Amino acid sequence: MLHVLAEIGYQSNWMDVLRAGFMRNAFIGGTLVAVASGLIGYFVIIRRDAFAAHALAHIGFPGATFAVLAGIPVTLGLAVFCVSGGLAIGALGKRVSNREVSTGTILAVATGLGVLFASLASANTSTITSVLFGNLLAISWGQLEVFATFTGGLAIVLLVIARPLLFASVDPDVAAAKGVAVRGLGIAFMLLLALAVTMAVQVVGTLLLFALVVTPAATALAITARPVFVVGLGTGIGLMAVWIGLILAVMFNLPPSFCIVTLVFCAWVGALVMTRTRRTQQSRPLSSHG
Amino acid sequence: MTSSLTLEGVSAARGGDRIWTDGSFSIGLGAIVGVIGPNGSGKTTLLQMMLGLLPVASGTLTVLGEPPRRGNPRIGYVPQNYTAEIGESIRCRDLVTLGRTGARWGLGGRSGADRASVDAALDAVSAQGFADRRLSQISGGQQQRVAIAQALVGDPDLLLLDEPLANLDVRHQHEIVELLRDVHAQREVTIFVVVHDLNPLLSILDGAIYLLDGHAHYGAIGDVVDSELLTHLYDTPIKVVRTAQGDLFTRS
Repeated sequence: MLHVLAEIGYQSNWMDVLRAGFMRNAFIGGTLVAVASGLIGYFVIIRRDAFAAHALAHIGFPGATFAVLAGIPVTLGLAVFCVSGGLAIGALGKRVSNREVSTGTILAVATGLGVLFASLASANTSTITSVLFGNLLAISWGQLEVFATFTGGLAIVLLVIARPLLFASVDPDVAAAKGVAVRGLGIAFMLLLALAVTMAVQVVGTLLLFALVVTPAATALAITARPVFVVGLGTGIGLMAVWIGLILAVMFNLPPSFCIVTLVFCAWVGALVMTRTRRTQQSRPLSSHG
Repeated sequence: MTSSLTLEGVSAARGGDRIWTDGSFSIGLGAIVGVIGPNGSGKTTLLQMMLGLLPVASGTLTVLGEPPRRGNPRIGYVPQNYTAEIGESIRCRDLVTLGRTGARWGLGGRSGADRASVDAALDAVSAQGFADRRLSQISGGQQQRVAIAQALVGDPDLLLLDEPLANLDVRHQHEIVELLRDVHAQREVTIFVVVHDLNPLLSILDGAIYLLDGHAHYGAIGDVVDSELLTHLYDTPIKVVRTAQGDLFTRS
């Protein structure tokens, strides 16, 4: 144990490590993913699709291990599985929160498949660990090109559809009556979410996906309800968590995913405490209505 | 165009099942019309046909002189259980704004006319005081006001309200009824209101569509508030009492 503790302690050469090529990749990759996650996160929450995001990450797991088995890039395997899963969930139409049991079942089956593929491929533990928990320090230049394309595409599409998507998300009945293509937008949204999940899994891993896609936006939403502010603040929280998390990871030789998740968690708890305090200070005769 | 709604031999179906048939009547502009009938009799179905969300099974239905079509900007709509369906994370003002701008692509800013129209709609329902709060932070009666503001924001000629009085206590029901009376007086708008209980609305209704025994009928309110008809409609004894003020009351 002492040996382990010694490894995790303060690294006096951390400034040098930060200048290494793999760190540059980690910063660029983390930034791209934080931006994509921040853009999509608000809609994930307002559509109550957090469980879908979680499920997509798990559906990505067999994609990644299958990629190892088939000898194709992990990003490709992840993308194919996530996008197919997203399209399937989107085509079902109804919100995932209304279908928790079936989604949870598919999530479990996907994880089981992932384990099967991993054992067939006789993938080593570190491969599986990096899919489950992310490995920001191993992001390659090729992955960065994919990330940049995904984030750019996601941002452009979201800019165009943001308003009708918001309408269809909060108020589907009236939106449909107003001629908004509620179902089509739902499918488009799941596609975008699949792209964001494909990237975020590679940064924080399947199991910690919430930390980038859901929690920063939830934190922002606790502070402000204005859509543009929520997206901006959520992206900012994600970016700060990735940047500071990476520096702390190098400084103390900690896993980056751990640092990022912990920072996001602290921001979330801070926002909750802040809004609770604000709520008790204000006299609200009409609070707590569902 | 002289009618808000005209039915000629219309029948309604949902998922292949006939719900009602033989609807033939015409309702003028500017009326306040109740839509009544027991649960499952097809009240919401009628609204959805008027909105173009559900095809007309047979016959001819025209709304404001046109065939129904989705996205008709001349119709404002408040669905049933409106606020229960909406996330708690949106401000009232943003929700009302979406009623006007929500179908537009792109991120172009709101115009001055958009803002003015949103403010006018919030004023019309006396919701300015809580417009910047989240929908989850206001009471059920206030939520209903916001919903009506959202329907009003496009300056519609026709307002369709599905059970706007549900889940409200007597005082808040009364406030919404007064609100509808004011809106009707201030804007040239025809209002259709689906209701379970006619009583709170009797003072403002001009007529009612009643869905009875699988058929759709329309009558002036004096004819609809009839002991025999209401007893038949709800399949429970209902009496009509005329009070000294001339109000009509129905009670079992």
